[in-house]
Amino acid sequence: MIPPTRWLPMPVLSLLLLVVWLLLQHSISLGQWLLGGFLAILIPVLCRPFWERQPTIKRPLKLVGYFFRVLGDIVTANLQVSKLILDPRGRMRPAFVEYPLTLKENFPITILASTITMTPGTVSAHLRLDGRTLLIHALDVGDIDALINDIHQRYERPLLEIFES
Amino acid sequence: MLDTMIEGAIAFMLIAGGAFAFIGSLGLTHLKDFYMRLHGPSKTTTLGVGCTLIGALIFFSREDGPVIQELLITIFAFITAPVSAHMLAKSALHHKLKPDPRTRGNPVELESEKPRHTIEESPQGDSPLP
Repeated sequence: MIPPTRWLPMPVLSLLLLVVWLLLQHSISLGQWLLGGFLAILIPVLCRPFWERQPTIKRPLKLVGYFFRVLGDIVTANLQVSKLILDPRGRMRPAFVEYPLTLKENFPITILASTITMTPGTVSAHLRLDGRTLLIHALDVGDIDALINDIHQRYERPLLEIFES
Repeated sequence: MLDTMIEGAIAFMLIAGGAFAFIGSLGLTHLKDFYMRLHGPSKTTTLGVGCTLIGALIFFSREDGPVIQELLITIFAFITAPVSAHMLAKSALHHKLKPDPRTRGNPVELESEKPRHTIEESPQGDSPLP
């Protein structure tokens, strides 16, 4: 990864801002490059105090794989939730599940929590202050332990490998 | 032939998007308690918006060259939806809203001698939000 310097405290964010700026302007003229570059430097410097320590991505390729897996799961999740909503008998087995986290850093935990919200039948409701359990509300769950195991295998382990291994 | 196929894809995306958005809103009236209602908007509506935007993306790309802006909107929607759902759930826990009696699991966050706010849940779930 690109090492941070004084004027580029968050190189990845700067790059992202520049790319998004150019895409939004829908032009790659010199003026847009300059303006975008200026903003890409200025914004991270200004909002640096609000940010946590930047996470290090150890395996970028795995991150891409993770992204597509989540994308696929979002579609499945939607079909499942739609089916549950449309089911006239309304048989649902909602539950609060306490998920024990193995991730330690804040940024991967944020990604995990967002993933859980976007994927099948679960919304992450609360991160306990000790940072070790995540409270999840599930719409329809038969076996709570199976759900926890599923989330661990499917999402948390890849995140562990990407960010913390 | 190819034109028909592209138009079919656009129509499919628009209809799928509309259907998902509709089912998500239907969930708001059908589901029993606040926590369950949270599932509708956070998932289905996001994919509804996503599908509609992909339809728009194909349409405008065909009209005047590749357009990426719609894809950006989709990505922003997918990033922000979980955060808002999380904040809603968190404030619901903070106000100690009562979950549906069928809900298993009893988080400490909801335990208290006296709940500060309760919503009377009618079977249709048409009570106003706090």
